Amino acid sequence: MREITYTEAAREALTEQMAVDPTIFVVGEGIGARGGNFNTTVGLYDKYGAMRLRDTPISERGFVGMCTGAAMTGARPVVDFMFFDFILDSMGELINQIAKIQYMSSGRLRMPLVLRGSIGIGGSAATHHSGSYYSIFMNVPGFRVVVPTTPYDAKGLFKTALTGDDPVLFLEHKMILNKKGQVPEDEYFIPFGVADVKRAGRDATVVAIGNMLYKALDAADRLAKDGIEIEVIDPRTLAPLDIDTILASIHKTGRLLIVDEAFAPAGVGAEIGMQVMERGFDDLDAPVARLQGLHTPTPYSPALEAAVVPNPDTIERAIRALLAE
Amino acid sequence: MSDVTKLSKERSLGLYRTMLLIRRSEEGMARAHAMGLIPGACHTYVGEEAVATGVCANLRDDDAVFSTHRGHGHALAKGVPAREVAAELFGRATGCSKGRGGSMHLFKPEVGMMGTSGIVGPCILQATGAGYSFKLQGTDRVGVAFFGDGAVSNGAFHEGLNLAAIWDLPVLFICENNLYATEVAFSSATKNTDVAARAQTYGLNGIAVDGNDVVAVYEAAHEAVERARSGQGATLIECRTYRTRAHAEGMRDAGYRSQEEIDSWKRRDPIESLRQRVIEAGIASADEFALVDAEIKALVEEAVQFATNSPYPDPTTASAHVYSERVIAHA
Repeated sequence: MREITYTEAAREALTEQMAVDPTIFVVGEGIGARGGNFNTTVGLYDKYGAMRLRDTPISERGFVGMCTGAAMTGARPVVDFMFFDFILDSMGELINQIAKIQYMSSGRLRMPLVLRGSIGIGGSAATHHSGSYYSIFMNVPGFRVVVPTTPYDAKGLFKTALTGDDPVLFLEHKMILNKKGQVPEDEYFIPFGVADVKRAGRDATVVAIGNMLYKALDAADRLAKDGIEIEVIDPRTLAPLDIDTILASIHKTGRLLIVDEAFAPAGVGAEIGMQVMERGFDDLDAPVARLQGLHTPTPYSPALEAAVVPNPDTIERAIRALLAE
Repeated sequence: MSDVTKLSKERSLGLYRTMLLIRRSEEGMARAHAMGLIPGACHTYVGEEAVATGVCANLRDDDAVFSTHRGHGHALAKGVPAREVAAELFGRATGCSKGRGGSMHLFKPEVGMMGTSGIVGPCILQATGAGYSFKLQGTDRVGVAFFGDGAVSNGAFHEGLNLAAIWDLPVLFICENNLYATEVAFSSATKNTDVAARAQTYGLNGIAVDGNDVVAVYEAAHEAVERARSGQGATLIECRTYRTRAHAEGMRDAGYRSQEEIDSWKRRDPIESLRQRVIEAGIASADEFALVDAEIKALVEEAVQFATNSPYPDPTTASAHVYSERVIAHA
């Protein structure tokens, strides 16, 4: 099978859907002729022109609110934030409007809107270009929160986002945008709320989010040399969250570690851990553990930046500690 | 004052009818609120009826209106049945938002009522987006935002007007300048109180009209809608008007404006003003207006009765419609 990058895979999904759905348009800064800071729209402007590939002023609240109205009236906007941190200027439009309009209109209005941007820590991007913030959106009814990790998942989940009727946050970790992987040429969709077991194992379960998946897989490779088999689960979507796949794994392994570079308080680990406690308590042979990023703004210096995120070493140690419980 | 002599009898009585419907319906809602029949907030549109009426008389069902917390008048003028507005305020299943919204979340997309809102500002952006959507889809539909003077110092005003201007979007920005944002005087919220003049800084058309003169509003909106439908972009219309009841029902209406000021605006009542001018011009008779009065009285009584008799929503449906119910079956 051919191999393409994560960004190419997502772009392929967008290209395919723009060809079949004339109501799709993309807004963002530099997504027109330039093709996007992260090459998210390369080649599309020449095909579809400015009305469907719309460069905007630096006016995040404005164009998010504008896309809200467009989605309410029959269009399917894709907001390309470049860096997801920039979404924060539009929080009122997101939480008070986009998330609530289907409900307030008793289901007569739809909100087919995709909000995409790069998340995560890496490359000394510093604290205004390194945020993840997904747990905020998990907390709000109305959003779909998608965090793909592989080119295959990026394409299939983006296709689903572009054909559904709910607002989707499509979050692409900046450190995996150039990762290559196998992507079929035939059309396919990946439904939301279906986790993927990226590595099978029997001794402990690790749930890893975004770029942490790769760090967790590295740690699992090392442990395998000692005969320790770790099951690594990628939830792929945080809302809806496929807790059943996680519970089934714990039934087998009896132990769970959540690895997430985002903040711990009221975060992904807290949510998964609590749901497992509620529904999988009897399967647990040890307390649920979580390894999260430090609860601090993201520093710039490589020495400091590396200190705030989990890595294969810290993950390996956390797994060994969990196994020793 | 505008010239009413060019109005047809149908148009005169139609504008009067809509304004009176809003007035009587609002008075009915105020009474219901005082009696405890409306469980939440109720911001009436009394005194400002000419604005929604004059603008919406130029719109079709497929044009999209985005409104404010003071939005009952916009909903009624856009064609949401009075009984559905009343039932929504009463929290009933038959309300236009099926009891999920109340006064500040009135939705009826079937007639282009895309929501009143509890937050000041977003309607400006959403109407801009409707304009973008309509242009993208190659239609001649228009998006309309109603908002108060309180919104013009909000960032949404700046961002929305700028976006509409640079892309020549078919949008009407209707500022209902009633001199107070809740209880804060506009003159203390901005240095330049000329809202219409701000249009120029964005490269938009801007016009100020007497918001208590329904014919002046109608004519300004007519021109703006024509411009929007023919691809000539957006217009900002500042309608200078006044609400003659408190910010919200049950609130004390003192300490920030004088009784003399309220009384002076009551003497400029937009409904009575139109009636008198149309009768004087010989376009319609007092008897013809009296027929409308009787019709509206009965209609509003029926609306309140309908709301009173309607069932509450089924509590087991409280979380329905958070997400789309369309299940996408992908192979």
